[in-house]
Amino acid sequence: MVGQAMNAREEILARVRAHRPSAPVTVPRDYLPDVAGIDVVEVLVDRLVDYKAGVHRASAASLAEVLGALVASSATVVVPPGLPPEWFTGPVVRDSADAPVSVGTLDAAGVTVVTGCAVAIAATGTLILDAAPDQGRRVLSLVPDHHVCVVWTDQIAGGVPAALARLADPSRPLTLISGPSATSDIELNRVEGVHGPRRLDVVIATR
Amino acid sequence: MNGTGNIVALKPFPDAARLELDDAQLRTNLRRATHTIRDKRLRVVGEVDDWEQLRLSGAAIKDDVLARLPELLERFEEAATKAGAVVHWARDSAEACEIVTALVKETAAREVVKVKSMATQEIGLNEALEAAGIAATETDLAELIVQLAEDTPSHILVPAIHYNRSQIREIFLSKMPGVTRGLTDEPRALAEAARKHLRAKFLTATVGISGANFAIADTGTLVVVESEGNGRMCLTLPQTLISVVGIEKILPDFSSLDVFLQLLPRSSTGERMNPYTSMWTGVTPGDGPQTTHIVLIDNGRTATLSDEVGRQALRCIRCSACLNVCPVYERVGGHAYGSVYPGPIGAILSPQMTGDGANKTLPYASTLCGACFDACPVRINIPEVLVHLRQKGPKSRAEHAAFASISWIMRDRRRYAAALRAARRGSAPLRGRGPLRRLPWPASAWTVSRDLPLPPKESFREWWAKR
Ligand code: SF4
Repeated sequence: MVGQAMNAREEILARVRAHRPSAPVTVPRDYLPDVAGIDVVEVLVDRLVDYKAGVHRASAASLAEVLGALVASSATVVVPPGLPPEWFTGPVVRDSADAPVSVGTLDAAGVTVVTGCAVAIAATGTLILDAAPDQGRRVLSLVPDHHVCVVWTDQIAGGVPAALARLADPSRPLTLISGPSATSDIELNRVEGVHGPRRLDVVIATR
Repeated sequence: MNGTGNIVALKPFPDAARLELDDAQLRTNLRRATHTIRDKRLRVVGEVDDWEQLRLSGAAIKDDVLARLPELLERFEEAATKAGAVVHWARDSAEACEIVTALVKETAAREVVKVKSMATQEIGLNEALEAAGIAATETDLAELIVQLAEDTPSHILVPAIHYNRSQIREIFLSKMPGVTRGLTDEPRALAEAARKHLRAKFLTATVGISGANFAIADTGTLVVVESEGNGRMCLTLPQTLISVVGIEKILPDFSSLDVFLQLLPRSSTGERMNPYTSMWTGVTPGDGPQTTHIVLIDNGRTATLSDEVGRQALRCIRCSACLNVCPVYERVGGHAYGSVYPGPIGAILSPQMTGDGANKTLPYASTLCGACFDACPVRINIPEVLVHLRQKGPKSRAEHAAFASISWIMRDRRRYAAALRAARRGSAPLRGRGPLRRLPWPASAWTVSRDLPLPPKESFREWWAKR
């Protein structure tokens, strides 16, 4: 309609067009593509311990045993749809698209969730979950009080750029986890375990 | 078009600062907090070999975004829409609040849970929702403290920085349902009380409201960086998610994130990485909210973009490093700035976004010591913009009042000099420093804007006394 005021979208875009800087910008990328020259396993362990996560080592052969010990006192063990069955000998509740585990079940006392991860970052002690079948829906690693995450040594990148480059599809839901949930809002004292899992155990496994 | 909402100061800075300076408890709390964070920041920044290169890249990526903003906004809208999100646009805070309120009403929800977000504070969303009969619960611990106290945030990152533990305990005792006098002031006990209080809300909320730290144009992805897991709760559990995002939050592509995920946590909380970062793209069937809305807001950002010197303020990633090193912020706290954006960044952002009013005095709320520039992960030259804005603005009254207030804030010369030294130590870990590049403000206002050289041997105090 002639004379009608522009809608918000058109008006904002028109204003941005009118006011933006005219010269094109060249972006230097001289920062390091990776943190080189470190033992990624050693550095990851150091960071995780610093964040007060539990750290455990396993081989492909001992993984079931290590996981079994970690969940020994759990009332329920929840696993995502694609977690390899050979990781567990005991009973598990397996999440699936047809029968999704309810939030109430996940919130109950004594629930442990066991997941894999997509990539880990040694320099920052970060686990990246990308909702692949061995990690599942985001809620699984969020609501339970105890999260056990398995990281294979060949999944560990040195620094942030190298790790992000390894992700298969950045448009999947991504969760970066660096230690258990924490707050520093009260006089800047770090308190672990606010809303996310209060306990994070990381099993670093060699294939 | 000027920005509106909680960025418009009700009082000129000098008046507001005088009130805050009377509060000794506030000053003690602030001093302890800002010094703790800046020490942590120095440690973790010091261990990054390529910090300066990351800063240069970060600043350039943001400048590039501003130069290509129309295209990138359209690309973001297209990608997000394709992924299942609904994108809305708002010119100012009133329009943004209207859109969000209408979206919440559509769901029939009477309660929403909120992730800490500067954009929603800026537009005054909680107040607007309340007026529409919708209760918004802040779920970040510090935001919750501030909300329960019916106060306003005083810091970007740690909004309750002005309260100590016993004050927080008192707030919980009087305002949080179910809390008994047995509650101690141990941070762990206080955090546990908040966890209990919020748990039920998370598990039953049907609408979540967030901001975003970054919005990726290529994929339509939003990114939220947080610590407690309250963000993950709000972003994952509700059926509907509404995200309010400033148009300057755009990044061109996913690979730009590698710079910002290194710069932000270390500058902000002084951690190598914050505990949780969430990224989502539109709707993922069976995982998280099945309806997602994104409200892109201008609210004074295009006005800021129009100033060639001042537009660098739009690079800001809200890390708050500049607040923690600022000798003026340390004395007056966040409230004196009268905007949700306090400290050095607030002094250049609020007046540019809002155009006029009491904010005019904000560019004078600084000593131009330069610590904020050195600390800023995206190299915003805050002193340069401050001087520029002072020259632009109508001078005499604001200047006079500000001179008086800065001298009063910094009235003890010894303390003042020590504060400046400390600020500069706290901001520049990587290179050796020469003497101060310029005289501290207000002397610098003369040297920079009036071209009246000072006799070199004259001390600040002597010079001041002669004025
Ligand atoms: S201006 Fe720079 S230092 Fe200040 S909050 Fe913004 S990004 Fe951080």
